Amino acid sequence: MKKLIAVLALLGLLAACKSAPPVKQESGADLANKSDASAIAQPDDSAGPVSAGEVGTSSETTVALPPDLANRTIIYFAFDSDAISTDDQTLLAAHAQFLGSRPGLRVRLEGHTDERGTREYNIGLSERRAQAVRRVLGLQGVADTRLSTVSYGEERPAVAGEDESAYSRNRRVEIVYVAGG
Amino acid sequence: MIDIKKLASGAWAMLCVALVGLSAPPVAEAQLQVDITSGVTAPIPIAIENFSADPQRSAELIRRNLARSGRFLVGERTVSDYLVTGRTSVGADGRTTIDFELLNLLTGQRLLIERISASPAAWRNAAHRISDRLYQKIIGARSAFATRIAYVSVDGQPPSQRYQLIVADSDGENAKVILKSRLPLMSPAWSPDGEWLAYVSFETRSASVYVQRVRTAERRRVSSRAGVNNAPTWSPDGSRLALTLSSSGGNLDVYLLDIASGALTRLTDHPAIDTEPEWSPDGTQVYFTSDRAGGPQIYRVNIEPGSRPQRITFAGAYNARPRVSPNGRLLAMVTREEGAYRIAVQDLGNGNVRVLSKSRQDESPYFSPDGGTIVYASRERGQGVLATVSADGLIAQRLAADRGEVREPAWGPFLPDAVAVQ
Repeated sequence: MKKLIAVLALLGLLAACKSAPPVKQESGADLANKSDASAIAQPDDSAGPVSAGEVGTSSETTVALPPDLANRTIIYFAFDSDAISTDDQTLLAAHAQFLGSRPGLRVRLEGHTDERGTREYNIGLSERRAQAVRRVLGLQGVADTRLSTVSYGEERPAVAGEDESAYSRNRRVEIVYVAGG
Repeated sequence: MIDIKKLASGAWAMLCVALVGLSAPPVAEAQLQVDITSGVTAPIPIAIENFSADPQRSAELIRRNLARSGRFLVGERTVSDYLVTGRTSVGADGRTTIDFELLNLLTGQRLLIERISASPAAWRNAAHRISDRLYQKIIGARSAFATRIAYVSVDGQPPSQRYQLIVADSDGENAKVILKSRLPLMSPAWSPDGEWLAYVSFETRSASVYVQRVRTAERRRVSSRAGVNNAPTWSPDGSRLALTLSSSGGNLDVYLLDIASGALTRLTDHPAIDTEPEWSPDGTQVYFTSDRAGGPQIYRVNIEPGSRPQRITFAGAYNARPRVSPNGRLLAMVTREEGAYRIAVQDLGNGNVRVLSKSRQDESPYFSPDGGTIVYASRERGQGVLATVSADGLIAQRLAADRGEVREPAWGPFLPDAVAVQ
């Protein structure tokens, strides 16, 4: 209770601070040679930045996948490469087959790079990876209208770290299933 | 004689300052701290005495500004060449007036006698403007203390990081979050009038370019095509954005977007990655990164349709993310040498290249509006930090965030009211 009263008292004081001080201040004495003083333009007092709040949600409805695909939705890449390994070609064929059986699903291909290199150029490199996966799925018969890409570059790493083991887990394309035709 | 009224008023002001300090919520945003890592060999000794009747301690802010410029040695009056004094007063309208003087202690000459007034909330801005006046008078060149830096901060561990777009004063103080997202925010770029920031947001799980008015938080989505929408930079006249878009096949090219009409003009047309556009100061040319020759190099193209791009960088296998100095003479970029990514500057007249930074992951260079300094992102002990280096390479500073990671600094322009009326 004491604490609450203290807080209220503080708030009251603060409110008073916002209004004029109780004692009016005399205007300060001017410099002796005030007439010589040149004025600088006044700072814009209303220029403080304002927040637009929070955007973007982290949650998204997940689509249940068959056991052989459930934990196999990430394709990894070598440094500076968008080549897809033979094993991953096989994996993508399985994804294509699943998509064939579920016409109500679409796929978003999210491309990523490791953190080396400039951020915006890396967006381009991750787009190349996403497009490489898109082409393979297309060749496996998935209609292009069911595929979209988003290229995150190095902005959404899977893991933190500045060594090859982290880098190799971050160079990837994530296959994200989305409900809705 | 003691003026009781003044004493009481002063005590009240100090109490209020103390209370506001006590009750202020913890600063949510990454606050930057400045460390000077190197300076010029013969800095100019200057003394800045506390301003009388100044509860905000403007003089301390000015001392820090001049010291971190690397050009001054801030110390005692007895060992200084210059002296700054001042006094503040509060007018009937509640505005604070600061009268200040700059004295040459060697000649006794008064170099500046000036007055600046500001609302109490804008005292930092007033002190930055005084810093700019002093710097200009003594050094003979413009400084950019009264400007702002936008940057991106990231909190948390992958894969659930949180992204914030922040605007702070040039000294890293006064940091304000202008947008938060759970999905990446990147590529902040100032409009030439300092009113707007363009940036990329992935908030819809796809990339879009937005422009946001900093003072009001009004925001508009100006590009959200399928695929890549990235790397916006403002034309010098403020009417257009250069930006990177992708074709349906995923090929990145540079386009010009008329902001008012939404009309798009294609600037580059090549199967390589063309991105990271940057305008020449006169608005007639655009620099960009392209890997059409294999690795990324920087090219320049006239904005008239049908112009052929010309390659600008030739030293090394990786040159990217160009930024041009305000006078158009220098190109700052990221260059790779011995596996490390560093900030380099190329003289656009004679082609000479100088590497200005020393770490392994330096990126996102951005010129200060006076052209004297480049701010960039670096990494230190696994943490993203901001650093600055003078364009001549002599003065280096680090701006470290107290928490989280900071990246992609964008140095705002001189604000229109920074022009002194004499």
